[in-house]
Amino acid sequence: MAETYQFTVNGEARSIEADGAMPLIYALRNELGLTGTRYGCGLEQCGSCMVLIDGVPGYACTQGMDAVAGREIQTIESLSAEGGTEAAPHPLQQAFLDEQAGQCGYCLSGILISAKALLDKNPDPSRADIVAALEGHLCRCGAHTRIIKAIGRAAAVLRGEGAV
Amino acid sequence: MTLPTSLQSNPRFDQWLKFLSDETLRMATGKVEIGQGIVSALPQIAAEELDLPLDRVIVLSGDTVSGPDERYTASSLSIMDSGAAIRLVCAEARALLLDRAALRLNCAVAQLSVAAGRFLVDGTAADLSYWDVAGEIDWSQSVKGDGIAKSHTEYSIVGQSVPRRDLPAKLSGGAFIYDLVHDNMLHARVLRQPGRGASLAGLDEAAIQRAAPGAIEILRLDNFVAFIGLDEWAVETAAAIAPSHATWIGAPAIEPAQQDAAWLRGEPAIDNSYGAPEDAGASGELVEAVFSRPYVAHASLAPSCALAQYVDEHLTIWSHGQGMHLLRRNIAQVLDLPVEAVTAHHAMGAGCYGHNGADDAALDAAIIAVQKPGATIRLQWRRQEEFGFEPFGPAMLVRLAVRRDRAGRPSDWTAEVWSPTHVQRPGTGSGYMLAADALASPPPDLQPEDPGEERGGGGTRNAAPYYDIPNSRIQHHLVTNPPVRTSALRTLGAITNVFAMEAMIDDLAAMADEDPLAYRLSMLSDPRARAVLEVVAERSGWSRRDAGGQGRDLGRGSGKGLGLAFARYKNTAAYAAVVVALSVEREVHLENIWIVADGGLVINPDGVRNQLEGGAIQGASWALKEQVTMSGVGVTSLDWDSYPILKFSEVPEIDAVVLDQPDQPSLGVGECSVSPTAAAIGNALAHALDQRIYDMPLNRDRIMAALSA
Repeated sequence: MAETYQFTVNGEARSIEADGAMPLIYALRNELGLTGTRYGCGLEQCGSCMVLIDGVPGYACTQGMDAVAGREIQTIESLSAEGGTEAAPHPLQQAFLDEQAGQCGYCLSGILISAKALLDKNPDPSRADIVAALEGHLCRCGAHTRIIKAIGRAAAVLRGEGAV
Repeated sequence: MTLPTSLQSNPRFDQWLKFLSDETLRMATGKVEIGQGIVSALPQIAAEELDLPLDRVIVLSGDTVSGPDERYTASSLSIMDSGAAIRLVCAEARALLLDRAALRLNCAVAQLSVAAGRFLVDGTAADLSYWDVAGEIDWSQSVKGDGIAKSHTEYSIVGQSVPRRDLPAKLSGGAFIYDLVHDNMLHARVLRQPGRGASLAGLDEAAIQRAAPGAIEILRLDNFVAFIGLDEWAVETAAAIAPSHATWIGAPAIEPAQQDAAWLRGEPAIDNSYGAPEDAGASGELVEAVFSRPYVAHASLAPSCALAQYVDEHLTIWSHGQGMHLLRRNIAQVLDLPVEAVTAHHAMGAGCYGHNGADDAALDAAIIAVQKPGATIRLQWRRQEEFGFEPFGPAMLVRLAVRRDRAGRPSDWTAEVWSPTHVQRPGTGSGYMLAADALASPPPDLQPEDPGEERGGGGTRNAAPYYDIPNSRIQHHLVTNPPVRTSALRTLGAITNVFAMEAMIDDLAAMADEDPLAYRLSMLSDPRARAVLEVVAERSGWSRRDAGGQGRDLGRGSGKGLGLAFARYKNTAAYAAVVVALSVEREVHLENIWIVADGGLVINPDGVRNQLEGGAIQGASWALKEQVTMSGVGVTSLDWDSYPILKFSEVPEIDAVVLDQPDQPSLGVGECSVSPTAAAIGNALAHALDQRIYDMPLNRDRIMAALSA
């Protein structure tokens, strides 16, 4: 049965009327027009739909509206809100451009979310830390090594070390 | 002169180029972006020939209204076909523009030059641009092919690592077909017919309606069932529960044994032989081995999607398929519409790596759209649907029978290949779209065929040795009754044939007590083939093979191996040599992959390296992990747990080098690293275990079985 759910998305208070079991991804993409969160499997297996829920990476494809009510959601579009637009990308986005880290690009928005969560917590991650943060993500094109390098580069830039 | 194929079928300038009023050039291509970077590389060629800044060239890709028909984006041919056409078209267009400018400026063409689309007379800027004179030229005329393209020595844009055009949007939100939003858009899902010939005996529509958490409409057309509504979650829920409320009769059953390549031997097949006749008197020691790989999936990260709308008896389709002109004709045929009543636009999807569910989803959407005029139907497959119903890369069985001469070299080589077809693309004569089976008049039984040898073959792709071997032949059994639909997946049969051939070469080298590199070089006369091998050997530290070469030492203990492989894709496209360093502890841990490729003239070096790296990882994933499983009702590997692919923690360091040969024609590179990587893994594993494993995937079960044997 449809009910009204209130939560915060990228810093804005939002109110959605929906079935409580409806996964968050449908609210983001279809109700709020935030298409950067991508549907991959609906099974928490591929990471394409990763968002931050109260700052922690979570799968938007399975988290129901009743589970995210009252919580703070950040999507890939929040990187743009932090100064990252196509014209002036967020340091993470810029690092992915610098490394040309992507082919089809479908996995990237979920990966950027997990990368952001990692760097928020650990500004100087090792390669193993980065790999561990990406273990819930699949990339089918084989851009893995570039993605790992890009996250390391972004970390260095955010630490003020400039490009590595 | 002979025009490139793409120009023969699309001879008019205006099928390729349009000078727009905002002082840009619209360059059209029939090839589409599937993650390989083609919409970034092709405009480099156009900008180069026309002396335009790269950002003044915009791309129209995969459009049936204004763009050329270049059939499918496949077989690593986009630079070779579309790139060659665009280079000639632009060179000739430049000459036409210079002729007009000379008239306007009352000077000789020889006095003219061009910078950023503006003319200069004797080096001095004239107040005249391409856009000023473009309107005076009849662009409906045919390209003659007599344009003088630039020499590579003059290149300033081709050969540069230009950033991909599509990446910024993909890093910041919406860029894909899945993100298109139309007014009056309805979401849709399909209940799939479990197999060809299955009839829907019952569907409890009331139960499905009760389960859906919002309003849905159930559309039934013969054996095609769709769930449609404004609320995607309601539609998704209905589709998820629908199979348990449907009764089918006549669905074909699958025996578990059919999932394995070994099943193929002895099944009905179309037999062909190529190469040297059999030599009954061939002498020398006979060495035989049988290799295989199972059915594998494209396993695109996104389930297939399409949009379609039917307005005023005109059907418009948005699809991430690989050939929009063919899709248009195929859908017109299935729906019995005049082809002029159908338009198809390409929109980017997740990487497909070949013929996946994209075309099928487009037909699904089109069927529904015609039933719901005025609305835009957004049709998306479910994850289980993509894994269960995409056309798979076929299983293959390869038997090699080789005679060694006294020097330990192969003197006679037979490759016997069993495989279902590698290409059942709609519109090629042997394939059709899935939902056509569910309609009132299903298409006739398939007549399987493989791409001809002149196109590189299908199951026989790379089965003929590139080495200097006096006599070789291929015996091809095109198996006609596979348990699942099969079609094009990156490299077609090459991965299995190269895996087999390069294993055999390593084993022959061992019998001759020779180093695998030296052994290969002793029978490779093509200097470009030798060069990729020599460079990869140097970069990987091959001469210190038994010490692990340059491989990173992760301290994983025993069982380290270094393996080498070479192939020239299709024996006509790019050359690639690969060395793999790995360690084995019940399963394989990849440490390093070194790749050296020669793709002739390189348009975008970083784009090529990206393809080499991605191809190596995909090849490694197939070699080590992937297998479609089946039983009873059909495919059982319906999610990423039951169909695992290589993960971030399993990816090695990769060193990819391109040997640029700017004075040589461009050779397709998109698939060249896949097969040598799989083969080098096989050889490295054999080196580590001192024992050969013949069947992919080289997973824990096979390694444990080999170790305990």
